[in-house]
Amino acid sequence: MVLVCTGIRAEEKLLLGAFEKRDAPLRIADDREIGGNLGSWPEGLPRADVVLLRSKSHWRNVVLARWLAHLGVRTVNAPEVLETCGDKIRTTLALHAAGVPAAPASVAFTPQGGARAGEALGFPLVVKPAIGSWGRLVGRVNDADALETVLEHKEALGGAPHAVPYLQPYYELGGRDLRSFVVGDRCVAAIARSSTHWRTNTALGASASAFEVDDALASVSEAAARAVGGGVVAVDLFETDDGYVVNEVNGTMEFRNSVDTTGVDIPGLVADWVVTGAGRAAGVDSEAAP
Amino acid sequence: MSVATITECPVCAGDVEVAGDVIVGELLDCGDCGAELEVRALSPELRLDEAPMAAEDWGE
Repeated sequence: MVLVCTGIRAEEKLLLGAFEKRDAPLRIADDREIGGNLGSWPEGLPRADVVLLRSKSHWRNVVLARWLAHLGVRTVNAPEVLETCGDKIRTTLALHAAGVPAAPASVAFTPQGGARAGEALGFPLVVKPAIGSWGRLVGRVNDADALETVLEHKEALGGAPHAVPYLQPYYELGGRDLRSFVVGDRCVAAIARSSTHWRTNTALGASASAFEVDDALASVSEAAARAVGGGVVAVDLFETDDGYVVNEVNGTMEFRNSVDTTGVDIPGLVADWVVTGAGRAAGVDSEAAP
Repeated sequence: MSVATITECPVCAGDVEVAGDVIVGELLDCGDCGAELEVRALSPELRLDEAPMAAEDWGE
């Protein structure tokens, strides 16, 4: 098995240790060294029948997942999971298709369309790039004038990732949201993320605390994971008067702040699932791969 | 390497402590300037470079 990454973060180091403990050591491949002809095995990638894709880059993960799927190699996560989770529009559609309670979201193709969507959603609202993470370029917009400005700037300066703005109502949640961790379709742990800033990404400094996984949270989290294709995902949720609502699903989850916080060995559970599940299910002889 | 090593931050020239079990590719933070650093080599000598800046599609 191979772990593809862009430098080794705390998560990758925890995973390396977990797999080592299970006598299934991972070989490391730096995605910056990988490339080559799409008709053959990727240069810079050791032969393997299971590949854990943990590049920091969404596009590198998606390209490698598709490339390896073409070669008959199992990836964690699967290509469609990475594609769906990496694109908030696709995530929302997948959640709707599966009947999972999801935060409302609208899209627009022009600033004028965005203005109409904003009026329909009401203010304040949140504007996000469809592809992106860590709270980057996520903006809370308090009125129509500000929305017009944001959308015009996106149109003029944003490039392809900002071509279709993704708008959501702003949830006043007292500076906290939830993140649950699903491994192999089972919700194994959850944290509450709290911040004095309205964005509660731990990448932006939000603090994490353990949150008990009750039946409702497990049910919604596991349904969200199934909706995007299953595997190893983290589900971001809001606590609302109507129950848990899914905001986003992350396909290359970060968990460094959640292992000690929850007391749950998340990397160990991932390793167990890969070694006994995805690994066994791969069924591909690496020597037979081109 | 088996014991922690003190080396120089390539960004601010401050001291960076590198654990003895560090591996190539590992990311570290400089305690002085906060730069994210990447271990690029362990031998013939320990080499740290500034890690790449986050790109637009980076994240989880």
